[in-house]
Amino acid sequence: MFKKILIANRGEIAVRVLRACQEMGIAAVTVYSDVDRASLHVRKSDEAYPIGPAAASESYLNIAKILEVARRSGADAIHPGYGFLSENAKFAQACADAGVKFIGPTASAMNAMGSKTKARQAMEKAGVPFVPGTSRGVESVEEAEQVAASIGYPVMLKAAAGGGGKGMRLVRAATDLKSALESARSEAERSFADSEVYIEKAILNPRHIEMQVLADEHGNTVYLGERECSLQRRHQKVLEEAPSPIVDPEMRRRMGEVAVRVAQAANYTNAGTVEFLVDQQKNFYFLEMNTRLQVEHPVTELITGLDLVHLQIRIAAGEPLPFTQDEVLIRGHAIECRIYAEDPDNNYFPSPGKITLLLAPSGPGIRRDSGMYEGWNVPIDYDPLLAKLIGYGSDREQAIARLTRALGEYFVGGIKTNISLFRRILRDENFRLAKLDTGFLDQMLKQPEDKAVDSNAAGVAAVAAGIFAVLGAPSPASSASGEQASSKWKSAGRRDLLR
Amino acid sequence: MLYSVNIDGKNYRLELNQFEGRWSCILNGRQLEVDAVLARRDVLSLRIGNKAYEIKSEHVAGDLHLWVGSTRFAAEVRDPRSLRGRTRGLDDRGPKKIIAPMPGKVIRVLLHEGDEVALGTGIAVMEAMKMQNEIKSPKKGIIKKIFVSEGAAVNPGDVLAIVE
Repeated sequence: MFKKILIANRGEIAVRVLRACQEMGIAAVTVYSDVDRASLHVRKSDEAYPIGPAAASESYLNIAKILEVARRSGADAIHPGYGFLSENAKFAQACADAGVKFIGPTASAMNAMGSKTKARQAMEKAGVPFVPGTSRGVESVEEAEQVAASIGYPVMLKAAAGGGGKGMRLVRAATDLKSALESARSEAERSFADSEVYIEKAILNPRHIEMQVLADEHGNTVYLGERECSLQRRHQKVLEEAPSPIVDPEMRRRMGEVAVRVAQAANYTNAGTVEFLVDQQKNFYFLEMNTRLQVEHPVTELITGLDLVHLQIRIAAGEPLPFTQDEVLIRGHAIECRIYAEDPDNNYFPSPGKITLLLAPSGPGIRRDSGMYEGWNVPIDYDPLLAKLIGYGSDREQAIARLTRALGEYFVGGIKTNISLFRRILRDENFRLAKLDTGFLDQMLKQPEDKAVDSNAAGVAAVAAGIFAVLGAPSPASSASGEQASSKWKSAGRRDLLR
Repeated sequence: MLYSVNIDGKNYRLELNQFEGRWSCILNGRQLEVDAVLARRDVLSLRIGNKAYEIKSEHVAGDLHLWVGSTRFAAEVRDPRSLRGRTRGLDDRGPKKIIAPMPGKVIRVLLHEGDEVALGTGIAVMEAMKMQNEIKSPKKGIIKKIFVSEGAAVNPGDVLAIVE
């Protein structure tokens, strides 16, 4: 087993991984950029190394610096978290070359799945169902027109090297194809330095359902159940749940077996996720494979009772999977909210700044994976994910009730967060009925919010405002300078002078 | 002590006195049975009658926000006898500064000095962290001054414009 693991990441996932290390008696090494010195992950680790200025390219994305820290600290393995270098085949290879174990798949497995067109080609070979379309980038407008005509409109243009919705265009009619292709190409070029664009049949109002897979280095591959991730805003997941409300055990088995075939086709090892689009007839189509641990892994952990990060470490250390597919049991329901430092009243504009007050929820069925703390200055330089709040219950209804209760307890003062968005989602009738698809959130946000004025609460606020004033709550200026704790020594000294 | 309290634009008359830990409270002429304990300097455990409330206090960009449970209110407290004058915050009269909420760049100025605006009218567009955000007028009035031009880099707290 490893003696020391370097965590090449920051924020909540760095804290999550270092907790697993500490639980397994493994020393945790962290790295931090100049603006992250006061971060929670640094404080909780066993060793911490500065790695440069805020810009990710000069710190968390800098392969040479990370490997230098591995060398200096004597770390025998590196956990890349998610984002940053987690799906960077060059990094995985550089770790191998440096004799440090990369906790994740091999560089060649990443490459097999990294290009969406290459992945489609491999899936074709493995007999995996995928959305009808091209497995190679289209070379010309004429070719695009031919393919689109044979698949049938509407079609989706997508960037082969893409993600996050960039380089994607929905084309409803032949007349729009040419200009959509040009604009998708140029956006792909700008975002990924690769203008390759391919075509797929557009599935309208699909559900996004993904399957967690886990493979050891001895040829054993299992699926650990699916996650429903249809609640997205601008192609970014906002809320996820497990299991999916529409997947029954039979469909789970079919999707799981396909996901395992996908992983095997790529010679995949360690944790990964196979993403599917599911249409209204419950047909599922391979979309892509994510060759890393995902943000939303906690919901799978809660319904299976497994610790995925412990398993990742054990697999990387050469251990075989400690259970078979038949021993994987799904129980209960989990829902996760991604808490972001964003202003929901201002188009989700990032909201950095100092957290002046943090009241965090707990209690039955509540899990909180967080990188923030009261007094922390949220930096502007990175993705504004602050924490994940997960509610778990014996069924979906109980998970919703617990999560709703916990969101009511959750208070982050001093910055704006999207906590109010989740209360709105969990109240929504369609959400409660599990009528979900990737258009859900946009649809919900289009409705005007029910902002009934609670005049009783306003009266309470008025009384409270007066009470704070009488009790001498500090003004903005003094709250910025911190606690005005009176010194007992000083007042004792003053009393002595008066004698 | 007599206070004039403004909550989300509505004014309340509040008479509040504390004696040996007991409170006397009259809100808009109505006597209320009040009991209050600070859990922290910005968290109040308030009882009105036997109803219990958790109140959080927060200062954001110079404004005071009070949260009653999970509902947020903008609050301004004025002591009519105070010599300090008005605190910053909600005030429909007088010029209002429009402040940059975060570091970024002004990529478009939508209006000119002298233009009329309503509450919520977009005055400029800022870009930060690859996202664009429209800066809106906090009140109805006329743009008195615009301090930035397109391309200007701004820091949080910088005054972008004044609306009167």
